[in-house]
Amino acid sequence: MKIRSLEQIVAEHRFFTGLGDEHCKLVCGCARNMLFEPGEYLFREGALADRFFLLRHGRVALELTAPGRKAMTFRTLREGEIVGVSWLIPPYRWTYDARALEQVRAVAMDAECLRQKCDADHHFGYEMMKRFVPLLVEWLHATQLQILDVYGTPA
Amino acid sequence: MHAPDAMLPRIARIRRRRRESAQVWTLDIEADGTEASGFAPGQFNMLTVFGVGEVPISLSGDPARGTQLVHTIRAVGPVSEALVQLKPGKELGLRGPFGVGWPMAEAAGRDVLLVAGGLGLAPLRPALYRLLAGRHRFGRVRLLYGARGPEDMLFRRELASWQRRADIDIEITVDHAPSGWTGHVGVVPTLIEHAAFDPGNSIALVCGPEIMMRFAIDALRRAGMADAAIYLSTERNMKCAIGQCGHCQFGPTFVCRDGPVFRYDRLRTFLGLKEI
Repeated sequence: MKIRSLEQIVAEHRFFTGLGDEHCKLVCGCARNMLFEPGEYLFREGALADRFFLLRHGRVALELTAPGRKAMTFRTLREGEIVGVSWLIPPYRWTYDARALEQVRAVAMDAECLRQKCDADHHFGYEMMKRFVPLLVEWLHATQLQILDVYGTPA
Repeated sequence: MHAPDAMLPRIARIRRRRRESAQVWTLDIEADGTEASGFAPGQFNMLTVFGVGEVPISLSGDPARGTQLVHTIRAVGPVSEALVQLKPGKELGLRGPFGVGWPMAEAAGRDVLLVAGGLGLAPLRPALYRLLAGRHRFGRVRLLYGARGPEDMLFRRELASWQRRADIDIEITVDHAPSGWTGHVGVVPTLIEHAAFDPGNSIALVCGPEIMMRFAIDALRRAGMADAAIYLSTERNMKCAIGQCGHCQFGPTFVCRDGPVFRYDRLRTFLGLKEI
């Protein structure tokens, strides 16, 4: 099996398509590989959102819990997708749980590290925002469709 | 020119009925003269419950088994509720088949991506039977199916058997998952970006609630698919089924006669317009 460096993994990840070499180095300076076993949490609701994840392998369930009810999954994510956006917005707290449904390999990005680099280099910050805003919009559209309950009985 | 009896229902009988979900039933119907006419995937019949009314219902069975007409019906109004109450042996009226179906000839030699939401799997099932019957004539075949929840999924046993096949890829997602569900959660358009297909040599067949189809089209276009390669099955107020009464007019077309399956580039100006 060919072993790829973190730089290669980040550069080849579709989320960072088109990112220049210098900016890619900035990203990689905040990155590290992580492994989660099935059932393990990537993060828990209420905890400090101090990172986000590029999924390299495996699926993750985003869940909310309520008293008297088991965990409710509202979205699953898989290889190639990003887990976590709460690191972008104060107070930097997770608003849901993220649980590995199977063995998950991911690149974890240190949020504080990235935020500092975005503040120091606004061009880099803009490149990051160009990648996160479409993600947020896609999530918003998917959520709109989900809450419309379009498969329900027509009124 | 339609035959003069296109408005006259034939007498048909319920042969079998089975429940798919809380509101959805599948009826097997037999009718005199069906074998000769056959049907194309994507076409529909007009079904009559005598004394109650008539409704358009897509054919959901195997087009190779022409003597058995299969319809999958959601009980949401007086006629459809009466239809699903009909027990085996009971008579009903049947006109059809009508309309323009899925472009099976155009799909030959190309990857075929079927995107179904909710009850939209029913009109796509005949296309799937046709694809699987002539599997060597098509590229990759992939079905993306979204349902409200696991309990609302149609044709569950058949889906499970198709998932075991190596010559078709099936991905299922639900909008709302109970605990214990280990499959995908999220709306069906989110599956499109992960689907492996050659956008330059593919055809997409899309059927489901119109809002879902609009989101699916956006995702297909983002994936590089041309408007002319996307086909939709639409639904309007079909009454006569032969393009005479005008109830199902949709822009310059009549859905019953010119559809229900349309190529997207012919519809895009009108989709989403409240006025029509």
